[in-house]
Amino acid sequence: MMMLFDVGLVVVLLGLAAWVVLARNAFAAVAAFIAYGLLLTLAWLQLHGIDIALTEAAIGGGLTGALLIGAVTRLGSAPPIAPATSMTLALAAVAAAATTAILAACVLALPDPAPTLAPLVADNIAATGVGNAITAVLLSFRSMDTLLEAIVLLFALAGAWSLGADSAWPGRPGFAQSAPPNGILAYLARILPPIGLVIGIYIFWTGADNPGGKFQGATILAAMWLLTMAAGLTDAPRVGSRWLRAALVAGPLGFIAAGVLGSVSAGAFLALPAGHAKPMILAIEIALMPTLTLILALLIPGPPQRVTS
Amino acid sequence: MTAVAMTTPQGWLLVAAVLLPFIGMMVGLVAGGRHAARVAAVVIIAGLAIAAVTVRAVLDAPQVYLLGGWAPPLGVALRADGLAAAMMAVVAVVIAGIALYARRDFATPPCSAEARAPLAFWLLLLAVWGSLNLVFVSGDLFTLYVGLELLTFAGVPLVCLDGRGETLRAALRYLLFALLGSLLYLLGAVLVYGAYATLDIAMLAQLVQPGVLSWTVLALMTVGLLAKTALFPLHIWLPPAHAGAPAAASAVLSALVVKGSWFLVVRLWFDAMPAVVTFSAAQLLGGLGAAAIVFGSIVALRQKRLKLLVAYSTIAQIGYLFLMFPLAFDVAAGTMLHGGALTGGLLQAASHATAKAGMFMAAGLIYAALGHDRIADLGGVARALPVTVLAFAVAGLALMGVLPSGAYLAKKLLLDAAASGGQWWWTAVLQGGAAFTAGYVVLVLTRALRAPPVPLQLATKVSRLSEFAALGLALLSMLLGFAAAGLPAGLISNPLAPKELLPTLLVVAGGFALAAALARRPLFGDGPWRRLTAAAGTGFENADALLRRWPTASLALIIFAAAFGWLLHTGTPA
Repeated sequence: MMMLFDVGLVVVLLGLAAWVVLARNAFAAVAAFIAYGLLLTLAWLQLHGIDIALTEAAIGGGLTGALLIGAVTRLGSAPPIAPATSMTLALAAVAAAATTAILAACVLALPDPAPTLAPLVADNIAATGVGNAITAVLLSFRSMDTLLEAIVLLFALAGAWSLGADSAWPGRPGFAQSAPPNGILAYLARILPPIGLVIGIYIFWTGADNPGGKFQGATILAAMWLLTMAAGLTDAPRVGSRWLRAALVAGPLGFIAAGVLGSVSAGAFLALPAGHAKPMILAIEIALMPTLTLILALLIPGPPQRVTS
Repeated sequence: MTAVAMTTPQGWLLVAAVLLPFIGMMVGLVAGGRHAARVAAVVIIAGLAIAAVTVRAVLDAPQVYLLGGWAPPLGVALRADGLAAAMMAVVAVVIAGIALYARRDFATPPCSAEARAPLAFWLLLLAVWGSLNLVFVSGDLFTLYVGLELLTFAGVPLVCLDGRGETLRAALRYLLFALLGSLLYLLGAVLVYGAYATLDIAMLAQLVQPGVLSWTVLALMTVGLLAKTALFPLHIWLPPAHAGAPAAASAVLSALVVKGSWFLVVRLWFDAMPAVVTFSAAQLLGGLGAAAIVFGSIVALRQKRLKLLVAYSTIAQIGYLFLMFPLAFDVAAGTMLHGGALTGGLLQAASHATAKAGMFMAAGLIYAALGHDRIADLGGVARALPVTVLAFAVAGLALMGVLPSGAYLAKKLLLDAAASGGQWWWTAVLQGGAAFTAGYVVLVLTRALRAPPVPLQLATKVSRLSEFAALGLALLSMLLGFAAAGLPAGLISNPLAPKELLPTLLVVAGGFALAAALARRPLFGDGPWRRLTAAAGTGFENADALLRRWPTASLALIIFAAAFGWLLHTGTPA
């Protein structure tokens, strides 16, 4: 029964992937991409990668899907691209088939059982004080990567902002939104955020010992904020706002400060002091949470476009 | 890169070199407006000091820092060997030069508290710097991937700082092709972890065995990085991106950003998987470099606009950076060796970084002063802007490899390696390549030295500081040859001896001949022979236009990945 489900999942995934590539209409391709992301979540669940499943649903399907829908909407008036010649298509098909064959050969050539660092992580996880191995990797063993990923997101937002018009600087991102005050959108934007807030914070909090974490939690919080923005209940802050900018850098700077504290108290930058590892990890995650929420949400409206609200 | 499992006393410098520019970028964002440039100035002074101290420390011993106190494979190590320290120093100096140049271009206008382009420029300048330092010192393939992403996200917005539609298109093209390259690199990193359960470069060097996995990994990662470096024929994004950006941003992109992904190819081939490399694969990489020199230089000669000419010259110069790969391959040992060829390649990168930054700055000043950069109408500019044209000329001579430039010394080292390795054909490429460089330098200078038909009216007065920043970087490249103090004696001989003078004269003569034959407008005179050579030039332009179309470039990416994989496979002795 499970086997049948898995095979069905793989077939649908491949079909959706083909649809994304072959669809002539950009909106249809994006819709298929979002469905693909949600089904990929199921695939990761089947592989027992619950943390990855949550991330895929939140970032891969959800946030990327929202960004792509925004892009398609803006492209609405753009002239269609000329279809590829049959020669190009044939060459592309050959190249894709060859790439697939070589990658398949590589996957089959991987050693079995796969060499893994999992036992090493299990031996050392006690020093970090957390129960979720993924959180231990992300915030202790390889915490530099997590710090740098937060900085990547900040670069992405700074890059998006830099595309704005000079006349709109330092104004508000996106267009002013308004929805009928008694419509369904405004209704949902009043009802859902309290629930989303609880779920988002729970997913963040439980990430220390169970699947979950700051990225997934922050995406849910960002979605709630975007909902209220779309309904015209809140407005995006001005990109010139000192408070906004301070909150945007608080996460990475707090992370670096914790790292420096580690070099004083535990002998290495980003090291966690013995016995206080878990509180430190929580402090870093709490510092990162508002930064991630703000960046993920503000990537959607994009560059500043208006000076007034 | 040897596996040292201990943090060294001065290892903290590596952490500081990476994080200081990032901290500066974040503080600059909060401070905003005019303060961003001030924060950048403070960070640049501190960063120069860190780079100097790091070089000093690495001269004694390679430096290592274990982040979080965790040793690889569980944790991430930062390592600085001579290569990393040298690149850090070069980047720090070039960043400082570019910052001096950009002080006026990217000053916040007095009437407003904050303007978009200046704020973005200063923040992105620091962002690029930190990302490059990360790429130089990271000893972990995944952290290097994050470094590549940081570098891309910091570099792309620089392309479209002026907000014109065509530069936005160029930026998007750059972003998409660079992301394709990143994905290939990431795919390689995933396969490496699956096969060896470590991403640490020093550990991999011990573990990696030739086989279908390591061939695919090296081929995928190499081609992905070549796409990001814009090595011919994967240069689809470079000309519009580097020519359309503001001059200071072009200097950052052309002198520095492409060196990041190039440096990663060096790390992979020399340090992570040296034993997987084969003679034929190294020949292919060098061959692409040689093709880039010929192709980039000829298309540069065909340009109407100075900034595009300089952008195409970057494509040619990127080619030079790959000539050292075949020369560093030791046939007897069947592996890549650290030695004279690698030192030559590194010097090549350092002299190109300084000279190309100076050249783009000079081109930017000419554009600003004339209000255009049409090569045909440059007459009189040498008299109006003598310092700027001198900077362009010195940068050009440095790129050609005239004594005592860094490129001259690099050429000597590579010729030496070619002779001792019996690879005589690279001697021809190294000697002939300089003539191609001379071609476009001669073209620009002859136009700039001509008398204008009507007296020149300058659109604006250029900043003295900017002019001298450009000249300073160009002179630095010209004087890099004095770095030879630490190299074997006898490498540099009397420049006026016939043995040295003759090749230099031949290079200049070759440059004149190429410029006369291939320039868009006749340089010295017209004749039936010009029709023939001009037709050949048009052929190169058409080929370039074809190679820079999406389907061609994407196919080239896959074809060259397959070619590298095949040559790694067939070249390995059974």
